[in-house]
Amino acid sequence: MERVISVRHTDVLVIGGGPAGLNAAMAAVDCGAEVTLVDSADRLGGQLVKQTHKFFGSKREHAGTRGIEIAATLAEKVGSHPRIRTMLRSEALGYYPDGVVALEQDEKWIKIKPKRLVVATGASEKFLAFPNNDLPGIYGAGAVQTLMNVYGVVPGKRVVMVGAGNIGLIVSYQLRQAGVEVAAVVEAMPQIGGYAVHASKIRRLGIPILVSHSVKEAIGREQLEKVVVWKLDQNWQGIPGTEIEFEADVLCLAVGLSPTVDLLWQAGCRMAYVPELGGHVPWYDENQRTSVETIYVAGDAAGVEEASSAMLTGRIAGLSAAMSLGLGGDGAAQLEVARKELAALRAGPAGEKIRAGLAKLRGSGVVAC
Amino acid sequence: MLKKTGIPEEEELKLVLPDDARRKRGPFAVFECFERIPCNPCYDACPMHAVMPFEDINDLPRLDLDRCNGCGNCVAQCPGLAVFVVDETYSEDEALLKLPYEFVPLPLAGSEVDLLDREGKKVGRGKVVRVQKARHRTATPVVWVTVPKHLSMVVRNIGGI
Repeated sequence: MERVISVRHTDVLVIGGGPAGLNAAMAAVDCGAEVTLVDSADRLGGQLVKQTHKFFGSKREHAGTRGIEIAATLAEKVGSHPRIRTMLRSEALGYYPDGVVALEQDEKWIKIKPKRLVVATGASEKFLAFPNNDLPGIYGAGAVQTLMNVYGVVPGKRVVMVGAGNIGLIVSYQLRQAGVEVAAVVEAMPQIGGYAVHASKIRRLGIPILVSHSVKEAIGREQLEKVVVWKLDQNWQGIPGTEIEFEADVLCLAVGLSPTVDLLWQAGCRMAYVPELGGHVPWYDENQRTSVETIYVAGDAAGVEEASSAMLTGRIAGLSAAMSLGLGGDGAAQLEVARKELAALRAGPAGEKIRAGLAKLRGSGVVAC
Repeated sequence: MLKKTGIPEEEELKLVLPDDARRKRGPFAVFECFERIPCNPCYDACPMHAVMPFEDINDLPRLDLDRCNGCGNCVAQCPGLAVFVVDETYSEDEALLKLPYEFVPLPLAGSEVDLLDREGKKVGRGKVVRVQKARHRTATPVVWVTVPKHLSMVVRNIGGI
């Protein structure tokens, strides 16, 4: 017998319950939209729940508050809102030409047709190629954070961290807080990529940071036992004779993120490769609207940046999506405020990369692919 | 160089250290914040209005040393754990430092601890005078520790707890 699967309708469907998605959902519902928020995890908050450090940024974006607290506050607001339908353990599987989004929840196939879609799917970790990089004990930094900060499990006894961006520096600090030794932080660039204050924090703990160094190879039989790093020359090639061997049972990779944009590709959004934004991203305007008029993008899926910016791009996407449906009282004024705050966050040297990326994305130089 | 080592240079530290007259007058905050990043919670943290308003959120904090009384609220609030309070009037030969400390167990008041420099190297022993636990859940505990006076700008962490 044929089974009829009905299609659910919603004003705004937000995919991803991290900092961007939660803010998009709140902004849209505050404008009067009826919102559905889906996330593949069994709790809201995205990566925020792993962030035990205090946030930078401005007070409105919860500066000085720890990410995990921000997640709790936002998740409580969103989860208890009568006009936001929150669907957890729900994976968005596909976007169809008629604007239907297919989800899988508890082995059920669910179809939703939203009037507007906000894609806030975040980013995934990049990996690094070196001999034996498949040995047990080699982790992405996100996995280490999940193990420690969500499940309370330490990944091992002694870690070599690869990457001195903010994630590498922060996770090194968190490892020490959990009582795990950090042998060294290794960074291929000739300088520390993350905030200097994060670097100073781990230096005070006695953790060395080796710039212009990378992993030569991992050594181990059943699992990781040693990590060999070496100095890089100006052409990023390892210099023989500069090898340093670290005993370690964990090698943690924090070597950057790539936007998660599969649904946007599938929806036929115009895409561009912009290294400053982390890789392939959809083209989008100042309202976070993509080339497909009903689809918006926010957070790291729109370009890898800090969580404070993700909260703002989420708010902008949520407001714009609701306003395009004719909703939203003082939405225009709120949109203006959010845009100004975002511009202020990005105004300094730390925002240089994202500014350059956005200029490329919106400029004529971008080759659509 | 700070962006290569994670450790501020002498010249950078000179910029945030008060003059001798101010140092002799009592406790003051040292903002070891040398990189323009979008961050301003120190402004809201200061009950003395000693942290000047930010025109641009990326500006470095500017401290009015006539207003700063070394209360240490900023030490507990700074997301970068980059603020330290130094009191060189504490005793004849000791200074008192208020340091941010986010590890368990917290030291006990009265206990002796290792004094560590900006590279985590042990440079001496000091005595914990007081431990201010976070007033609200997100703030950083602040440890008050005595250090030999000549190490007031050297010691930035404690260990051996």
